[in-house]
Amino acid sequence: MTSAERYSTRWVRATVAVFLKDWHSELRTRYAISALGMFVITTIAMILFSLGSEPASPEVLAGMLWVVLFFAAMSGLSRTFVMEEERGTAMTVQLQAPPSAVYFGKLLFNLVLGAGLTLLTVVLYALLIEGFVIRSTGLFVGIIALGSIGLASASTIIAAIIARANTKGTLYPVLSFPILLPLLMTVISGTRMASEGASWGDAVGEFQILISYIVVVTTTSYLLFEYIWKD
Amino acid sequence: MGLTIQATALRQVFNRRTIFSQISFTVGERSALLIAGRNGSGKSTLVKILCGVLTPTAGTVTIDGDGARDQFARKARIGLVAPYLQVYEEFSALENLHLSMTLRGYRSDETANRAMLDRVALDPKRQDPVRGFSSGMKQRLKYAMALVHRPAVLVLDEPMSNLDAEGAAIVRSVMDDQRREGILIVATNDRTDIERWDTEVNLNDQR
Repeated sequence: MTSAERYSTRWVRATVAVFLKDWHSELRTRYAISALGMFVITTIAMILFSLGSEPASPEVLAGMLWVVLFFAAMSGLSRTFVMEEERGTAMTVQLQAPPSAVYFGKLLFNLVLGAGLTLLTVVLYALLIEGFVIRSTGLFVGIIALGSIGLASASTIIAAIIARANTKGTLYPVLSFPILLPLLMTVISGTRMASEGASWGDAVGEFQILISYIVVVTTTSYLLFEYIWKD
Repeated sequence: MGLTIQATALRQVFNRRTIFSQISFTVGERSALLIAGRNGSGKSTLVKILCGVLTPTAGTVTIDGDGARDQFARKARIGLVAPYLQVYEEFSALENLHLSMTLRGYRSDETANRAMLDRVALDPKRQDPVRGFSSGMKQRLKYAMALVHRPAVLVLDEPMSNLDAEGAAIVRSVMDDQRREGILIVATNDRTDIERWDTEVNLNDQR
């Protein structure tokens, strides 16, 4: 085995270790899962009460779906870094794992958590919100999947930035909003198109923006993470 | 030439306050370095710089001239025990050791992990969640986590914190072994913590 192969094997092992550590820790403590679950249920209940029997346009319903997803992500996806700081284990991880393995391990965890959050929200939203109809299912799944990945990517690096701040609860959504704005505008537009029955061809622009956003955010995060994480 | 750790012109400034400056030393294999100084003199800061978890304002630290090219190289060589280093309380002692190995990219071996827990007299408690451990037991677990990957450089910050007589004896044995086989670095304001050292850095007069 060459030194590059040895390094790759160790890197993959360390990345998986970071992910499994967070996963098992979450299953035992249930901090993020509880926060996300409660947030989604209460917010959808609030939307139900607010709408009553009033019909809402596809654009409004698509927007509200992403409002729920955005604030739910804000309440849960920062936990992976905030918990390390609050428990004082951040330095333990710093000492043992290389920064790139920590970043990708945490990103993987947030992707899984984000996928669960999106699935729960979309299922509850589709079942409970009258008038929310998806006419292009494939397009909707594509937009939701890419939106969820983009949300998790941006949330992970912002969580690393705010983890050491005293006002992390307030800072997280404030810092996230401008960074997530291009993503949110695109996914809201894509979701509206899916509910109106648009074809894949109509949404090419949305997909191009989403894929570019994910590539740019993930690459920039990887390059900057060591400086954010170390000092 | 054996293993060496070399610090050159280290300087650390926090909020325009100079903690220390012009710290230089070289420590060779099979020797011990004592970092002495009163509270607030910067011992822990220097320890963090040596372990690579804090970047100094100026100066460099190299271990065998590694230049930190490989992200795993220094992590494999260093083991740290310090009061500010925490363990995962929701995991068991054995799980913490497994994590310590896999985070460094190594394959974890349960037999070796249990042998390490046995060395710090924690093997009977290996499956218990760490949240139920006393502070002394947690300190012993930190020793097991620092030693499980057989580091060439063992760094101890306030090594006797929270330990009873049995724990202190284990630590003295660990220190003797490390001084014989690699490099031992001890930061303390109590010189009775360490019996023999070869080089001393005194931070009391560094500002």
